[in-house]
Amino acid sequence: MPDSKPACSCTSASSAPATQRPGMDMLPIYRPPAQAEPCCGPPAGPPSDPFEQPGYTLCPFVRDFIPTPSGNVPLIQTALAFRDRLGTIGVRLGLGRSNYKVAPGLYAVGHPDDSAEVLVTANYKLSFDHLRQSLQDIDAWLLVLDTRGINVWCAAGKGTFGTEELVRRIRHTGLSQVVSHRRLILPQLGATGVSALKVKKACGFEVVWGPVRATDLKRFLFAGRSCDASMRRVTFTLVERLVLVPVEITLLGKHLIGALLLIAVLSGIGPHVFSLAAAWQRGIWATAAVVAGIAAGCLLVPALLPWLPARSFALKGLLAGSAVAAVLTIGQWKAPMLTAGAMLSLGMMTVAVSSFLAMNFTGSTPFTSPSGVEKEMRRYIPLQAGAIFVALVLWIASAFF
Amino acid sequence: MKTLRYLDNVVTLTLNAQKCIGCGACTQVCPHTVLAMQSRKAYILDMNACMECGACANNCPTEALTVTPGVGCASYIIQSWIVGKEKATCGPGCC
Repeated sequence: MPDSKPACSCTSASSAPATQRPGMDMLPIYRPPAQAEPCCGPPAGPPSDPFEQPGYTLCPFVRDFIPTPSGNVPLIQTALAFRDRLGTIGVRLGLGRSNYKVAPGLYAVGHPDDSAEVLVTANYKLSFDHLRQSLQDIDAWLLVLDTRGINVWCAAGKGTFGTEELVRRIRHTGLSQVVSHRRLILPQLGATGVSALKVKKACGFEVVWGPVRATDLKRFLFAGRSCDASMRRVTFTLVERLVLVPVEITLLGKHLIGALLLIAVLSGIGPHVFSLAAAWQRGIWATAAVVAGIAAGCLLVPALLPWLPARSFALKGLLAGSAVAAVLTIGQWKAPMLTAGAMLSLGMMTVAVSSFLAMNFTGSTPFTSPSGVEKEMRRYIPLQAGAIFVALVLWIASAFF
Repeated sequence: MKTLRYLDNVVTLTLNAQKCIGCGACTQVCPHTVLAMQSRKAYILDMNACMECGACANNCPTEALTVTPGVGCASYIIQSWIVGKEKATCGPGCC
């Protein structure tokens, strides 16, 4: 078995070529004889899958295994099953996102032969699913790199989708015995981590930069491995922005609970030193202000990103937060339950929270430069922190007047 | 991406035209069409669209392009201020 101890049967094919390590390849496939009727009780379940191996779990997206000079390679489905879609929804909500992986190694789609293209991707299951979904009716090999379950672009930035890992994975899978050509198709966004020149020098494989999006792959292949300008450019459409919102909110998690606890405690301070009733009653108002700030910073800013008239995200958040605070203030103007000072304090909280969270969203966009993010952080974090401090002081003070 | 523009005059991208051999690799890998070719040399077409991903510099055979690549992520930058650039990470839930 391979020295990296794969957790899934799919990688057993990534062991070194059988010719080099006799006896180390997969066990022969076991085909059980036809079953006799059970003598008693309900009928027995189906026999185990012929591809199952002791100590491995068969991945549900594997259809078959095809023999190659470098061992058996799993042939995968290009259609997503219900469980794949459920997994996608899960990680989009931020559940189990850091461990959503497939085993790295070589896979196949369609009926690839030794002249079929090799497409390289990351072992984040969402990336893997995007790729195979866009390969219906295509015959190709898929080389999946170990990016620790991280998507291509982020992994390229961190170096795990990088030259070294690519060269290592080509050797480990015995790719040069599976294909007769020496060409790899990489997603363009992998270029941050992979140097085409260094790959060529290290193992003789030529890197061809494929399109940014897997959905353009068919067009790229039919056009003779060439991209038009739109396939080379990243986009950030409304749908692409909104799909990120749930994770942005889930990531707040424990910070949010801590902030709300602090706010409840501060809300209880008043003329009676500390009152639990006030902590509850005023705490709800303050919580509403924070939630309004989150809605503005994590939902309105991504949704209205191109239309908010400011370049820096802190200002975009300030605008969205001010709009929400204004609506809430006007909404309860006719029957005011809070003093003007308290309302001013809550408005400041909403705006500061929105501004900070909008700035945080830069990390999820595909167009903000780190130099720019650092510049706006240096300018706006002191202002945001100052606004929160003043708002909290005003909030406590407003309990006395 | 024409409607989404970030801060102007901040990026660290530089191009040394003398070192450029005109291979065009940078124009292929740039996700924002920052670079273009003219009379067998690369030139910077749209400097302010650069997001400093570093793909061009990483694939330039003659080091004609330089950029300080980084992660444009607020939590990463806050960490790099506190614990230093070497130890900073985006955190477990990040990309």
